[in-house]
Amino acid sequence: MSRTEDTQGSLWEVFVQAKKGLPFKHTGSVHAYDKEMAVQNARDLYTRRGEGRGLWVVPSDSIIAVDPFNDESFFDPANDKVYRHPTFYDLPDGMKNM
Amino acid sequence: MTSQNLYKFCLRLGDTCLILSHRQSELCSNGPFLEEDIAQTNLGLDLLGQAEALLIYAAELEGKGRTADDLVFKRAERDFYNFMLAEQPNTDFSFTIVRQYFMTIYLTKVYEVLADVSDEVISGISAKATKEISYHRQHLFMWLKRLGDGSLEGHERIQTAVNELWMFLGELYEQDELDIAMQKAGFAISGSEMKSYLMDQIQSHFKEATLSIPENVYMVSGSKKGIHTEYLGHLLTEMQYLQRAYPDAKW
Repeated sequence: MSRTEDTQGSLWEVFVQAKKGLPFKHTGSVHAYDKEMAVQNARDLYTRRGEGRGLWVVPSDSIIAVDPFNDESFFDPANDKVYRHPTFYDLPDGMKNM
Repeated sequence: MTSQNLYKFCLRLGDTCLILSHRQSELCSNGPFLEEDIAQTNLGLDLLGQAEALLIYAAELEGKGRTADDLVFKRAERDFYNFMLAEQPNTDFSFTIVRQYFMTIYLTKVYEVLADVSDEVISGISAKATKEISYHRQHLFMWLKRLGDGSLEGHERIQTAVNELWMFLGELYEQDELDIAMQKAGFAISGSEMKSYLMDQIQSHFKEATLSIPENVYMVSGSKKGIHTEYLGHLLTEMQYLQRAYPDAKW
């Protein structure tokens, strides 16, 4: 079966910031024909229930991804190097967002 | 100002929001593409919230024991006071955009005035609605420009919608005794102020959207007396179906 052609504008990735100061998190994608429409569509899909105070949209083809089928050499070498994790420090109580 | 006047005033504005929201709800699953389907339905949901708040207050002011649901589901066509513009159908996407755009610039001014009145229910509803309508304005103006100043087909379609819907604009600035009483109480601007505000807005937006303003159009009138176009009756049969088929149904 051939893939259905996507006729609904290009794809944009949406990043929402829950509160000022927090990092933006990827929440999904939208179709839109340009950046103005992308921001409005993202607002209607992802921030109507108070999910955020900040919003980014990025053209999906501007995001460079690692090939998910050939990721072993990219990620696996990190697995056995425990000393790279700062797990030997005591964190103060009440510390959030670490 | 009497509470009877305020009741009728809330009923008119509430009916306009209600019928507009029903028209928008018809787009649910029928939008041109998924994201816009959701965007249009969202506009409808905002309007439904405004209608609900206004009609709850209207029912309270009337003081006859009716609820907002009674007002919505148990009135006949001639007892609705929404603008005829609000009931015009979603003939195509450009009709939807033009109808909502005209109503949105009107509602922007209405809520701006009402946000400052001393009646706290009305000013509260209006302050909340102002934020919602301000987004509607952005979204609809985007489409007005996109269709007007885009492809030839888009331009022709939206200009057709403008030409067909123009005759319903007159109702937005005509005034009867109730309007004049509400103006005196500070709840509305005069008809001539509303007309010049609307025309200023439309002229500058149309210039950007490369649309032209129709000339010598006869303006229809009548919704303030409960007179409507053929479309409201059909809309009500669908909106009120359940209550008519199963009166006072609960689930």
